Amino acid sequence: MDAIPPHMRPERSFQGLILTLQRYWADYGCVILQPYDMEVGAGTFHPATTLRALGPKRWNAAYVQPSRRPKDGRYGENPNRLQHYYQFQAILKPSPPNLQDLYLKSLAAIGIDSAVHDIRFVEDDWESPTLGAWGLGWECWCDGMEVSQFTYFQQVAGVECAPVAGELTYGLERLAMYVQGVDRVYDLNFNGRDGAERVSYGDVFLQAEQEYSRHNFEYADTAMLFEQFKMAEQACRKYLEAGWRDGGNQRQHLMALPAYDQCIKASHVFNLLDARGVISVTERQSYILRVRELAKACGEAWVHTEAGRTS
Amino acid sequence: MPDLLLELFSEEIPARMQAKAADDLRRMVTDKLVAEGLVYEGAKAFATPRRLALTVHGIPVRQPDLKDERKGPKVGAPEAAVQGFLKATGLASLDEAKIQSDPKKGDFYVALIEKPGRDTLDVLADFLPVIIRTFPWPKSMRWGERSARSGALQWVRPLHAIVATFGPETEEPDVVKFSIDGIEAGQTTYGHRFMAPGAINVRRFEDYEAKLKAAKVVLDAQTRKDIILTDAKQLAFAQGFELVEDQGLLDEVSGLVEWPVPLMGSFDADFLSIPGEVIRATIRNNQKCFVVSDPKTGKLTNKFILTSNIEASDGGKAIVAGNERVIRARLSDAKFFYETDLKTKLEDRLPKFEQIVFHEKLGTQAERIKRIERLAAEIAPLVGADVEKAKRAAHLAKADLLTEVVGEFPELQGLMGKYYALAQGEDASVAAASEEHYKPQGPNDRAPTDPVSVAVALADKVDTLVGFWAILNAAKSAISGLPEKGIRYPLADSEKLPVDLLSFFADRLKVQLREQGARHDLVDAVFALGGQDDLLLVVRRVEALGKFLDSEDGKNLLAGTKRASNILSIEEKKDKRSFDGAPDAALYKLDEEKALAKAIDQVKSEAGAAVAKEDFAAAMSAMAKLRPAVDAFFDKVKVNDDDSKVRENRLKLLNEIRSATRAVADFSKIEG
Repeated sequence: MDAIPPHMRPERSFQGLILTLQRYWADYGCVILQPYDMEVGAGTFHPATTLRALGPKRWNAAYVQPSRRPKDGRYGENPNRLQHYYQFQAILKPSPPNLQDLYLKSLAAIGIDSAVHDIRFVEDDWESPTLGAWGLGWECWCDGMEVSQFTYFQQVAGVECAPVAGELTYGLERLAMYVQGVDRVYDLNFNGRDGAERVSYGDVFLQAEQEYSRHNFEYADTAMLFEQFKMAEQACRKYLEAGWRDGGNQRQHLMALPAYDQCIKASHVFNLLDARGVISVTERQSYILRVRELAKACGEAWVHTEAGRTS
Repeated sequence: MPDLLLELFSEEIPARMQAKAADDLRRMVTDKLVAEGLVYEGAKAFATPRRLALTVHGIPVRQPDLKDERKGPKVGAPEAAVQGFLKATGLASLDEAKIQSDPKKGDFYVALIEKPGRDTLDVLADFLPVIIRTFPWPKSMRWGERSARSGALQWVRPLHAIVATFGPETEEPDVVKFSIDGIEAGQTTYGHRFMAPGAINVRRFEDYEAKLKAAKVVLDAQTRKDIILTDAKQLAFAQGFELVEDQGLLDEVSGLVEWPVPLMGSFDADFLSIPGEVIRATIRNNQKCFVVSDPKTGKLTNKFILTSNIEASDGGKAIVAGNERVIRARLSDAKFFYETDLKTKLEDRLPKFEQIVFHEKLGTQAERIKRIERLAAEIAPLVGADVEKAKRAAHLAKADLLTEVVGEFPELQGLMGKYYALAQGEDASVAAASEEHYKPQGPNDRAPTDPVSVAVALADKVDTLVGFWAILNAAKSAISGLPEKGIRYPLADSEKLPVDLLSFFADRLKVQLREQGARHDLVDAVFALGGQDDLLLVVRRVEALGKFLDSEDGKNLLAGTKRASNILSIEEKKDKRSFDGAPDAALYKLDEEKALAKAIDQVKSEAGAAVAKEDFAAAMSAMAKLRPAVDAFFDKVKVNDDDSKVRENRLKLLNEIRSATRAVADFSKIEG
C-alpha cells in the first residue's frame, strides 16, 4: 500500500477517516456500497442491512449512510447534536467468529491504538420498534466515549435471522472528533487540508443544520406529511400485494424492494411529524406499529425473493 | 480426591448478569453431582467480563455401586407375570433370581440388580453439555454459521472456548471430553484481551488462577472490587479529597474490567455550580465513574475517578484526557439543561400536563394534579399542615417531571423540583414536599415528617391507589367514577369506598402489624367487626386487645366466650335456628343467670361508652368485669335444661356474652 499523504490521514481528515474504513472493509472482502438514495434514520434502514440480513445467503457489505434524525436538530448551536449525520455500517452474514477482532483492527486502522486507549464492550441490547428487529451486543467505548454499536441481529422485520448477521455501526462524526481532538463537530477538518484549502465540517453542513432545524421544528408542511404517510403506507401495501406469484412449488415475491422503499418513506415522514410535535403520545405508538407492520410484511416478501430465499 | 475446573470463555458478558451467572453455574453443577451420588467437598464460582469459571474440589473418581433388590412374582405364578418380571429386571431367566420364603405369602422370586458406578469423568462429560445448553441467562443469543441450524447453542454472547479438566492435585488431570456446537472442551484459555491475548494451557484451578493473573486477568470479582476501592480511595486521599463510595457503581465497574486500573481526572470547576446530585448522576450513569468530595466542605470537587481495563503504555494520559473530554461534554449538557430549567417557573410548566395522559382511564396528569391538590387541602388540617401551603406544594410537586434535567435523569425527580422551587423563592416546606411526597418508596423507606409533605404524600398515594383500584375493578359499577368525585379522608365513607379496597388496606395493615410483632388473629378479630375504616383506631384497638388478652382476666374471658360460642354453635346446629333476641328475665331460675345478665348489661354500656370515646383500654377493663359472672355461670348453670323454654333463654343469654364482647372484637377469630 502506498504511504498515505497527510491530508488523507484519518486523524486529520473526515473524508480520510471514511476512506480508511472503506478500504479496511473492502480489504476484508465486503461489497462497498454507496449510501441508499432515500432519507433514513440510521444505516440499519438501508435494504443492504434490513433485507439482506434475512435469508441464508452469505452477505458482507459496508457503506456510509447519511442518517436523518429530525428531532435531534439544534440549529447548529449544539457542539455534537445534528439532525443529519453520517454512519458507517458494516454487515457480515453469517457473523464471523473473529468479528470483535476485526472491529478492533478497524479502530487501529483509523489510529486508535489499544495500547494507550481503553476500549470496552459495554452491554447495549439493540431494538428497533419500527423495524420489528432486535439483537444483542454492545456499545463500544473508547476512553469513556461511545464510538460504535456492535450487534448480533437475532430478528429483523419480524423474521428470525438464520444465520445471524453481525452489524457494526460507527458514528463517524464522533470518531472523527475523537481522533482529530476536536470538541465541536463543526470544527472538524473535512478534507485534511490547511490554510485556504481547508474545508471544515461547518463549511459543509452548518447552514444545512440551521435550515433543516427551522424546517423540521417550525415549517415542515404537516398536512402534506400526514398525506404522504398515508400514501406511502397504501403504496407499500399495494406493491406487496401485487408482487406475490405462485411459481412452481413455492410462492415468490417480485417487488419486495420497491415496497420496502415506501416503508422507509413512511418511517421518515413519521419522524418529521414527530419532530413537529403534532403526534400525541398515544398516536405515536400506533404510528410506530403501522410502520412495523409494513416492515414485517416487506421482510416476509423478501424471504420469498431470489436474494432472500433458501434455494 | 480429584477436582473439577470448568471455564466458559466468551465475548463480553453484561456486568449486571455476571454474579448470578457464576452462582447458577455453581448451583447447577453441584446439584447434578449430588444427584449422581457424587458428594463433593467444596465449590467456588467466578465471573469476569469474558469468562465464567467454576472449581469443585474433592469429588470421588467413581460413583458408588448401586445394589437393588426387586421383588418378583410367587413361585409358580403364571407365565405372563414371570416374563414381565424378567423383562423389567433384565434377567435372562429365573435361574438368575433368588427365591425367598415368606411365612405368610409363601415363596417368591427376588432379583438382585447391581448397577456399577460410572467414572466421574464420564458422568461429567454427559451432564456438563446439558447444563451449558440449558443455562438460565436472562437473555441469550445465537451467532455465526451454526445459528442457521435449528437447536443451535444459545449463550449470553458468542462462546469461544471451554476448559474442563478433572483430576487429582498431584497428577496431570484429564480433559472432560465433550463438545458443543463445534466447541471442543480442552485445556486452553486466553488472557487479557489487549495486554496478554495469547492462549494459555491450564491444568487445574491453582495454576489456572495464577496463570490468568500473570496474563492480566483478576479472576475474582471481590478482588477486583477491593483493588478498585483501595486504589480509588488512595488517589482521592493523595490530593486531600475523599472518594464518594457507591456500592452499586463498584459492582458494575468490577464487571466491566478484567484488570482494573483506577485513574483520576478532573473537570472545570465552573461546573460545580450545578447541584451535586446532577453532577454525580451525569458522571455515574453515563460514564460509570466515581465522584470525589472535599472533606473540608462535604461538597463535590472537580475530580472524578475512572476505572480503566488496561495499564496503558503512556501511564494512562490518553485515557484520562479522553474521559475528561467526554465528561466535559456531558457536564456542559447537564449545565445547559439545569440553566434552561431555571428560566421557566414551575407553575408555567403545568399547562403542558393537559396534553399528557397519566392513564387512559384516569385522565391527564393535569387532572390528576388537580385531584391531589384538592385531597391535600382536605388532608392538611388532619395532619396539622397549613392548608394553603399544602395546596401550593401539591400544585408544584409534579412540575419537575417536565424539566430537562429530570427528562435526562428520571431518578432525580422530586429533588430537582425542590431545587427549582427554592430557586423561585417558594416556602421551604412547599419546596421540600416536591422531594418528600414520593416517600416512603417501600416499607423500609423513611416516611415524610413535615406536615405539608405528609399531606401531599398521602394525597398522591390515595389518588393513585383509589384510581388504580377502580381500574382493576372496572366491572363493578358501584365504584365507577370514584376518582373523579374524589374521596374523603379518612377512608371513612364506606358507602363510597369499595369494600375490597378496605380489605386490601386490612391485608396491608396485617402485614405491617405482623412485621412489628402483633398477632394477625387479633387484627382479624378487629376487622371482623365490620366498619373498621379508620386504620389508626384499628391499630389502637389491636394494641389494647393484645394487652387485655395477656392478662388473667382476658385469658379467662376469652375461654368463657369461646365456650359460650361452642355451645351455641352446637345447639344452633341441633335446632337449626339461632338464639338471637333478648332473654326473658322472668325465666331466670338461678342467681348466676341473673348476675350474668346484669353484668352483661353493665359491660355493654360501659364498654360501648369507652369505645365511643376511643378509649380502648377502658373498654377492655370494662370487659374484664364480665369474667367472674361468666365463670360462675358455667360453674353452676346447666345450659341444656329439661325445660325447653329455660334452655332457650339460657342460650339467648350465651348469645348476649358473644354480642357484648363484640364491642371490642370478634373473639371467635382469636386463636388459642
